[in-house]
Amino acid sequence: MNRALNLAQVQGAGYADVRVVHKRTEALMVKNGVVDNLDFSETIGFGVRVLIDGAWGFASSRVLNPKEVDRITTLAVDIARASEMVRGERAELGPAVTSQGKYQTPIKINPFSIPMEQKLDVLMSADKEMAKVENVRVRRSNLTFIQEKKWLANTEGAFTEQTIYETGGGLVATAVGEGEVQTRSYPTSFGRQQVTAGWEMVDQWDFPGNAFRVAREAAALLAADPCPSDLTTTIILGGDQLALQVHESCGHPIELDRVFGTEAAYAGTSFLTTEKLDTFQYGSPIVNITADSVRPYGLGTFGWDDEGVPAQTTPIVKEGLFVGYLMSRETASRLGKASNGCMRASGWNRIPLIRMTNVSLEPGEWEFDDLIADTNEGIFMETNRSWSIDDKRYNFQFGTEIGHEIKNGKLGRLLRNCTYTGITPEFWNNCDAICNENHWVMWGTPNCGKGQPPQIAHTGHGTAPARFRNVRVGVYK
Amino acid sequence: MFGEKRAKEIVQDVLQRCAPQPSEVLLMAEEKALTRFANNYIHQNVAETNVEMIVRLVAGRDQIGSATTNILEPEALDEVVERAKANAQASPSDPDFNGLAKPATYDRVGSYDEKTMEYPPQKRAEAVGVVCRLATEKGLNASGSFSTGGGELVVANSEGVFAYYPQTQADFQTVVMADDASGYAQRSHWRVNTLDVENLGREAIHKAIRGRKPRNIESGEYPVVLDAYATADILEMLSWYGMGALSVFEGRSWMNDRMGEQAMSPLVNICDDGLDDRGIPMPFDFEGVPKQRVDIVRAGIVQGPVYDRYIGGKMGKESTGHALPPTARPLSPLPMNLFMQPGETPTEGLINSTERGLYITRFHYTRLVHPRDCVITGMTRDGVFWIEKSELAYPVKNLRFTQGYVKALADVETLGSETRLLTSEYLPGSMFVPALKLKIFHFTGLTA
Repeated sequence: MNRALNLAQVQGAGYADVRVVHKRTEALMVKNGVVDNLDFSETIGFGVRVLIDGAWGFASSRVLNPKEVDRITTLAVDIARASEMVRGERAELGPAVTSQGKYQTPIKINPFSIPMEQKLDVLMSADKEMAKVENVRVRRSNLTFIQEKKWLANTEGAFTEQTIYETGGGLVATAVGEGEVQTRSYPTSFGRQQVTAGWEMVDQWDFPGNAFRVAREAAALLAADPCPSDLTTTIILGGDQLALQVHESCGHPIELDRVFGTEAAYAGTSFLTTEKLDTFQYGSPIVNITADSVRPYGLGTFGWDDEGVPAQTTPIVKEGLFVGYLMSRETASRLGKASNGCMRASGWNRIPLIRMTNVSLEPGEWEFDDLIADTNEGIFMETNRSWSIDDKRYNFQFGTEIGHEIKNGKLGRLLRNCTYTGITPEFWNNCDAICNENHWVMWGTPNCGKGQPPQIAHTGHGTAPARFRNVRVGVYK
Repeated sequence: MFGEKRAKEIVQDVLQRCAPQPSEVLLMAEEKALTRFANNYIHQNVAETNVEMIVRLVAGRDQIGSATTNILEPEALDEVVERAKANAQASPSDPDFNGLAKPATYDRVGSYDEKTMEYPPQKRAEAVGVVCRLATEKGLNASGSFSTGGGELVVANSEGVFAYYPQTQADFQTVVMADDASGYAQRSHWRVNTLDVENLGREAIHKAIRGRKPRNIESGEYPVVLDAYATADILEMLSWYGMGALSVFEGRSWMNDRMGEQAMSPLVNICDDGLDDRGIPMPFDFEGVPKQRVDIVRAGIVQGPVYDRYIGGKMGKESTGHALPPTARPLSPLPMNLFMQPGETPTEGLINSTERGLYITRFHYTRLVHPRDCVITGMTRDGVFWIEKSELAYPVKNLRFTQGYVKALADVETLGSETRLLTSEYLPGSMFVPALKLKIFHFTGLTA
């Protein structure tokens, strides 16, 4: 690593950092009683990022030897010189980062120490339970385990070493009836729940114990009534659906690179422009949103970000007022602030970008049963099925796997094909109740796309069920 | 880049390490670079050298396991083989395993260009600089990316398959923004010199200027003229959610209950053809099976999906050469070289034949609402215009739509003659698509 840093400086870099990443992933999927995928993958490499006269260059390679380190460092410098040909504002990084130390995800049981047969047995047992339900055409269950070791050094003196463990898993039952397809998932949709933890989480999730219920719900949805069409009503969102709502309508628009327009061509920009900081009423007074990289189990939990900035906690929305961004060193310095440690790269072959850490809705005061009892009329929706939001993160539409009518304070008939739509600040200003810490779960989103070339980030979102008034539902066909 | 000779040595070495077990080795090498710009300057500029080797191994008669690495040193190759073997031995039997592919001959396709492979960062910067300068001169804000590079795909197995092809790819895309409007342009090709970056910049700038001072219109149903970028989204979603045999087999494809039926306008012809050089050709799939041309929709009648060996075997069909890598098996097979037949009417003619309606540049953040009709929701983006009395009357603000995409292609009134070859962030391969005029499209919301 020192070789790359020294060479970069000799060749004119005012700043350079180098990351070495070694990632091992074990992925198991069982479908309809057979193994659909059983793969162990390993990737290792390094990336060199240089800043020359305020212009960036980055190059990366899988080959770890001195000759390749020299070639890649020289290429990164060459690329930075090319960036200078079309330069804008000079990139400034603010105060030097000199972090030193080691970090490892706290785990109770190393998932890589568990025999493959035991892992498959969990999935096969769950599969057998789902198979008991008629009309369930496709049964999927999966486990994913990740160990990522990474080392970061920069020309300012930082050197950090981290080992991050992630454990993920899930069940999906797809029922097919006459012209209808319905899916139920557990613990959440799009494959799996994922957290920074070890094998102990697999025991906690108890896939075999939940499989029959999940399959039965999928089959029941085939005959359920459709979500009422084009109605404005009250909705209560389950924690897993709310996690994606926070991700899309709060997490992305607070990324300061989007605000400054550097993601405009791909994912878009943000309505939360800088003049709104500390003045804009994002949500109702009960809405408190926090970004942190320290909470247990969060996929955004680590020791330091990929610029070496220490893990920390940042208020984003305080009693409804918008008060904070996710920042890098470069973007923070443009606001006269210090980075809050949100630069994360998806691997050795990608540059760090501003990514969500754990962006969470803080718990409120309600018990879930009391919240339902307090709701005269509405719909309780759980588990995301589709999500779409505009390029400023303003107009959104979500669909959920399952809904239940709420009538006179009680959960009633099952509803299928539930959707709701809204405008971000209007929606959050209509939030009038949030469940308490007894119902608060740290959800994982292991599929967040951003950047060119594309990067998939793993982010965390702690949420408890919450109630929203005056929401348009039933936008289907 | 390894070159064919060295690539063959590497994969044969791994097959020998797997012997006597039947096995397959997939080697994908890539050297790619991308220059990214925003606010009229380059802000990210990157390069990558990597390989991915996937070893798929059969234990017993039908126990399958795989392992993946990017380390090619001898000890690492031993380790990846041992991992694949252990995974195979731990797997229960899969009675539907259809064996490994048999040796075949492959068509030679033109898909490699040395200039695209070696394109230096200075050249990308020069091209980007032209677009940024043009935007600056008009008081606009240009952002986008220019990527070049390529790689090699090698498939070999213990049945004697050895398939090798090198491929290059270049893509330029830009969003040019005014305060209240934006424009977009994109092209992809395997030869970088066919991309006219300056003209693409001018296309996006023109649309951004034309889009200023957009008005609100009511949501509802309108006739639409879709630029090819929007057509590409329709094709991509129909592909993801129903053109592969797996989704048909599982009953979640839009093709289910429509096979052999007139589900779309008689004007609509969609095929997948890995050998058509109007696209980005690819002679074989990730199992080493030669690519076949597959008619997916002919004259609006649904013909059928594409197949790989596994799902083809389960459905009593031969593979059409559309397998994805084994680690992507839950998604396999998929089309990778899609073509929608164009018509003879220029985009201007599509607009001129529309009394009232909308002209749409592209769609954004489209997601599946319901699978069997491929109902999609998304936003318009980067240029929406109201058509009144056969002319572009004024720009309008972005709209949300919720629309069945099968129904959309049933409502094709005219096919455009202007086509674009585009690659997607999500769909492997490429799409060759025309502009379209649709009788009706369902808008369900407005941007605030």
